[in-house]
Amino acid sequence: MTSSTGDGDLVRRLIAGDEDAFRDLLAAYHTNMVRLARSFVRNPATAEEVAQETWLQVLNGLDKFEGRSTLKSWIFSILANRARTRAVRDGRTLLFSDMSGEAGDTESAVDPSRFNAAGYWHLPPRPWDDLTPERLAASGQLGERLAGAMDQLPDAQRAVVMLRDVEGCSSEEACNILGVTETNQRVLLHRGRSRLRRLLEPLMELERDH
Amino acid sequence: MPGTMLVCRDVTELVTDFVEGRMSFWDRARFQLHIGMCRHCREYVRQMRKTSQLFGETPNEPLSPDVEAEMLRRFKDWKSS
Repeated sequence: MTSSTGDGDLVRRLIAGDEDAFRDLLAAYHTNMVRLARSFVRNPATAEEVAQETWLQVLNGLDKFEGRSTLKSWIFSILANRARTRAVRDGRTLLFSDMSGEAGDTESAVDPSRFNAAGYWHLPPRPWDDLTPERLAASGQLGERLAGAMDQLPDAQRAVVMLRDVEGCSSEEACNILGVTETNQRVLLHRGRSRLRRLLEPLMELERDH
Repeated sequence: MPGTMLVCRDVTELVTDFVEGRMSFWDRARFQLHIGMCRHCREYVRQMRKTSQLFGETPNEPLSPDVEAEMLRRFKDWKSS
């Protein structure tokens, strides 16, 4: 969505004061910025504040944006830094490297009771109905269901999955934005995606009695 | 390379390394050998990909009109400063 050439153009429009360009950027990122900020600061009003302050910092720094990263990853880096600083000030620190603080080191991707003693499927995954997302989207429930599942992830997992799967950042970008190692990033992504699959499972399985 | 076979539980823990392309040649070969033979694990890998994809495809929640108005006001202030 934001190639670096497209970014250059967008930056020029913003510097020129183009309101439509700013409105598009807000629509593209603001709600996800607030959600990412909530991985660091618990209070929703504080997360909203952090996102709004980020925009001002972005605008004031536009003339210094050199296009070495994408505009998106630059904006999210500023957001993560502000959110981290704010969290520290409020006495809260999110440690991405300390996974023991997050749902334990032994978290399994799949409920262990679904395997037999040898580790083969005892209760295998039932096929998913590919039409379910369309049906949920048609009744306006898809966004809400996905957001509800996302909100159930532990903070560090949610931050990584937001950047990787929702925003489409590369693993390198996600590591830079969050200040985590590639290995930690991958562990958090794995746990986050595995948990989301478990949460979506009841929704997505083909009805048995069709 | 020891010829230990993966079991289904291993597949569910290695799937992210697999889709992220972060596996050694031999680990990748063992993973592919298992999913080649096990339709349940193929389904599992498919569901993990689908999960990731769904979050990317679904449109953002809309911005509240109040926040948009406030931010546009600040944009105008910024522009005139």
